[in-house]
Amino acid sequence: MSELTLTVMRLGFLAVLWLFVIVAVQVIRSDLFGTRVTQRGSRRTATDARPPQARQNAAAPPQQRQQPGRQRRGAPTKLVVSEGSLTGTTVALQGQTITLGRAHDSTIVLDDDYASSRHARIYPDRDGQWIVEDLGSTNGTYLDRTRLTTPTPVPLGAPIRIGKTVIELRK
Amino acid sequence: MSVVTNTTTIGAIDAPSRRNTELMLMVFAVAISVFAYANVGLAINGELPSGMLGYGLGLALLGGIGHLAVRKFAPYADPLLLPLATLLNGLGLAIIWRLDQSERFQATPNFVAAASKQLMFSAAGVALLVIVLLALKDHRILQRYTYISMLVALFLLILPMFFPAVNGAKIWIKIPGVGTIQPGEFAKIIIAVFFAGYLMVKRDALALASRRFMGLYLPRGRDLGPILMVWAFSILILVFETDLGSSLLFFGMFVVMLYVATERTSWIVFGLLMSAAGAVGVATFEPHVQQRVTAWLDPFDGWGKLAASEQMAKSLMAFGSGGTLGTGLGQGNSDLIGFAANSDFILATVGEELGLAGMMAVLLVYGLIVERGVRTALAARDPFGKLLAIGLSGSFAIQVFVVAGGVMGLIPLTGMTMPFVAAGGSSVIANWALIGILLRISDTARRPAPAPAPSPDAEMTQVVRP
Repeated sequence: MSELTLTVMRLGFLAVLWLFVIVAVQVIRSDLFGTRVTQRGSRRTATDARPPQARQNAAAPPQQRQQPGRQRRGAPTKLVVSEGSLTGTTVALQGQTITLGRAHDSTIVLDDDYASSRHARIYPDRDGQWIVEDLGSTNGTYLDRTRLTTPTPVPLGAPIRIGKTVIELRK
Repeated sequence: MSVVTNTTTIGAIDAPSRRNTELMLMVFAVAISVFAYANVGLAINGELPSGMLGYGLGLALLGGIGHLAVRKFAPYADPLLLPLATLLNGLGLAIIWRLDQSERFQATPNFVAAASKQLMFSAAGVALLVIVLLALKDHRILQRYTYISMLVALFLLILPMFFPAVNGAKIWIKIPGVGTIQPGEFAKIIIAVFFAGYLMVKRDALALASRRFMGLYLPRGRDLGPILMVWAFSILILVFETDLGSSLLFFGMFVVMLYVATERTSWIVFGLLMSAAGAVGVATFEPHVQQRVTAWLDPFDGWGKLAASEQMAKSLMAFGSGGTLGTGLGQGNSDLIGFAANSDFILATVGEELGLAGMMAVLLVYGLIVERGVRTALAARDPFGKLLAIGLSGSFAIQVFVVAGGVMGLIPLTGMTMPFVAAGGSSVIANWALIGILLRISDTARRPAPAPAPSPDAEMTQVVRP
């Protein structure tokens, strides 16, 4: 066997061996499983001070923003939990119904002994006005200090109290 | 003003089974091994070796059977473990065959051609892997046999004491007509089952009942019991079987699992102190261990006087002559090592003929196997599976470290074999079984979670309107 062939084979073998290692590492890189956490950024008022990643998303919303109907100035844009174990949680208001309760499929799952599994829901009516409705809960839903009996419009910043949890709509 | 509200959604990613990736890597691994085999033949005899077809087909068959078994019985198992092990096994076969061809190596006393035997052992190993996958439907079954496995492991470890020493260490048992078995390799797996089952139950007591002293959690005296027992036992192995390797392996594995189970760094500190004290203590009076230490401290001093030193020195020279890119397969002089060149010292051949570059790749392949084991442990949902996977991959890692470190002169040489690569039936068979158990745990861990049970309160609240 010529010297050259053997040298080529020697180096070729090392290259192939390393290629295998690299391919194996690539497989590990693409081998993702387990829990997927998706961040869904959504925006109501947009300025240039937003992160570049979100800027691409912002291209679509202009039409979307009109969707909730005749959204008035001063309409709430998010729902904020201000007291209770979920303090700090915010949910963007995009015209969807928000359900609250201990059931796992609620939008906001309340970990609260005083909440029912389907406790209340918050939804926009045709005018874009947000309405809170008690779903026959045991301990009741309070807007400010009055217990709800019928679907009631929620003013901006008014506390909705469910057990130990307090929720507000904010701009 | 910019308002960015984020709703975080947490869902499950459906793990694809990735069996096709495994198949592709497997083909690649077999191809590399056949390449190595052809390279050896061309370098030594100047022609493609006649046994190449048989060797390639044999290896491909083994890999294929392993792959099909995984496809059938563990469809979600880790895609990398099997190809990595196959590559090491195939590479080992090529190098063993290369040493078989060497005339100098053939001239050593009690030489036997090892390559065909090794292929047979690999077949037995893959068969055991298939049996493990077939019989062990759920690794949690092993938990039932916690204390039985302790007895079996102790029995396997003590057994070689009653057989004559081979090359100074009593780690073999000789069965007339069958050959020699190294029970320690199997005990390694069995004792991992015991440690996992035991620590799972006792870890709270070991982790929580402790005093804090100088930043370390000091366990209570009575909680030191188990570690002292394992330590004493590993010292006994060292004294009566004069085998530093197994002793280090068992104690190291226990410390690793203890640390993972309790999350207390103090166990590592205690473990290191105790193993250092034990090794130094035994080395003062045990001549076999002393020899090894002498050979480690000054390998070239004993040239011509002490066989162990000379062998060590030859191994270091082999690494040196290999340099960065190696001499090429079949073109080195590592066969000068003579005795045990194809088992304990096989890494010297890898180092000489593939050089630093090849050596790093081989060590990385070992590292990747360990990484997949640890990943399996992280992904496993039950504490027993976690501990078992950590124990098995930890013992694999310790074994690789002890052998590679010994051959390279980092630590005193011990009589252990490099998993998969070195010639030796027990080692190959036991390590295939180890891979089988890891595959089983990873299959359980990566299997997509069953659809959530219907929520009990899903139909409870209904609003009835008039």
